Amino acid sequence: MDVRFKIAPSGISVDESGLKFDISDFDGYAVEAALQIKEKQADPAASEVVVISLGPDVVQETLRKAMSMGADRAVQLKYDGPIHDSYAIASALAAELKGGSYDLVMFGRMSIDTANQATGTIAAELLGLPIITAISKLDIEGGRVKARRELEGAYELVECPLPAVVTIDEGIARPRYPSLKGIMAAKKKPLESKPAQVGEERYKLDKMELPPERAAGRIIGEGKDAVPELVRLLKEEAKVL
Amino acid sequence: MANTNVFAFAESRGGELRRAALEAVTAARGVADSTGGQVHAMLAGAPGIGGLAAKLAACGADVVIVVESAGLANYNPEAVAATVAARLSSGAYRAAFFVASAQGRDLAPRVAAKCQLPIASDITEFTVSGDAVAVKHPGYTGKVIQSFTLRAATAIISLRPGAVLPKDNAKAGTVEAVAPAIDPSSARVVVTATVQSEGAKLDLGEAPVIISGGRGLKEAANFKLVEDLAAAFGNAAVGATRAVTDEGWRPHSDQIGQTGRLVSPQLYIACGISGAIQHLAGMRTSKTIVAINRDKEAPIFKIADYGIVGDVLEILPVLTAAVKEAKKGA
Repeated sequence: MDVRFKIAPSGISVDESGLKFDISDFDGYAVEAALQIKEKQADPAASEVVVISLGPDVVQETLRKAMSMGADRAVQLKYDGPIHDSYAIASALAAELKGGSYDLVMFGRMSIDTANQATGTIAAELLGLPIITAISKLDIEGGRVKARRELEGAYELVECPLPAVVTIDEGIARPRYPSLKGIMAAKKKPLESKPAQVGEERYKLDKMELPPERAAGRIIGEGKDAVPELVRLLKEEAKVL
Repeated sequence: MANTNVFAFAESRGGELRRAALEAVTAARGVADSTGGQVHAMLAGAPGIGGLAAKLAACGADVVIVVESAGLANYNPEAVAATVAARLSSGAYRAAFFVASAQGRDLAPRVAAKCQLPIASDITEFTVSGDAVAVKHPGYTGKVIQSFTLRAATAIISLRPGAVLPKDNAKAGTVEAVAPAIDPSSARVVVTATVQSEGAKLDLGEAPVIISGGRGLKEAANFKLVEDLAAAFGNAAVGATRAVTDEGWRPHSDQIGQTGRLVSPQLYIACGISGAIQHLAGMRTSKTIVAINRDKEAPIFKIADYGIVGDVLEILPVLTAAVKEAKKGA
């Protein structure tokens, strides 16, 4: 169901009443892909999947969901205000990731709200790690990442050594549904909350507006008999034929 | 003294210029005309890529920085990013334009990080003034238009594909050859192959007409009808809804919508598509929208300029024949 979408009186955020928050599509794929890599290890118990989210306390719900899917522990980088500067967000994430000695860091290729598709890449650069972005296939072989990236009308095969960062596109893995057992287990898994070290914001949201409405649609007819009229309108009115 | 020159990254693939290159140069030209500076466009690729410089000059490049190396035959993200960043750090640019294609979305944030600059991503409108740049970006899957201010000596702007239409505005295009800032063979990230997808003749981002199919087509084989209509137009690409790509009827790369491609063609024909919000997010900025759907209550009809209610399988062959006829007369 699509909930009514409203801009809050501040003009720079969304009215969140009645909205339900969930893990975003791409982040869901990333969590699933991470769990599959762990499960493929000779000794899965020896590796750990950690989920990290930056945001207000509502992100804890998302982190619990990832843990109910199977992630081992979670970290919330607490930040209450709206933030859109990818560089500032990436700085805070890189500061957290730095000490973690992770072999592989996975991001969703973009968020659904701001859709900048920049944060993961900037974090990787700040960490000095190689990054492959927007991958739709992933294999780990002999200490190397082997991935596929979709381009416009083509694709690339890309490799880099571990440790590395990847950002995840569609097609990589369908996220599993948390089992009841998983949901119960997630309640006991550790979730650490600490303040986000967000840098200076140099990219600031001034206002949000609803997009201009398209003129109301027009049904020109029914069935194949309407085709000549459509072709005439495309030619004479829209001038696209 | 504020910076006046403007940088544009000229995207290429397999030795061919991408339309994104001309969009970036055209955007840069507009800003340079207001700052009184020059447009410097960078072209990177295998030896010989410099031959494309004239096309950038035609769109307004005063200088074409040509970076040629055998190690740049495939896109080399680390070497290209390092070379662009080195140029921006030394060049006193007011703004640097990229286009948020698959390559541009990879490259621009790398450059921003290396230059320690903020980035404005997926931008549909921009105004460069004194010390600030005002930009617009559709957020929340196109449900809102967000206005931002970017404060930086050099504004890194990644444009939504199609936001700026390439315009002829011929300038000198003086070629300046530059070596890659790092040895391309030392890059950790290596593109081992670039493979053309089967059947992809015209890209969704570049096609003036898109014919898109949804679940109303009932089965994968019926996409032939969509392809036939695209062929009748001659300048059309084929897209699909997420339901269709999830079913495996079409590749994921064909998906138009919130999690797929965002397109704004001159003409969008939605065939058997109900118009879920996630699909509308990817195509609602199309100039003219046509919808063919059995259900007259389908949300797609609310945004379609022209709707036909009926069976898409019956209507498509008739429309294809009519378009062929119209093209013949044109």
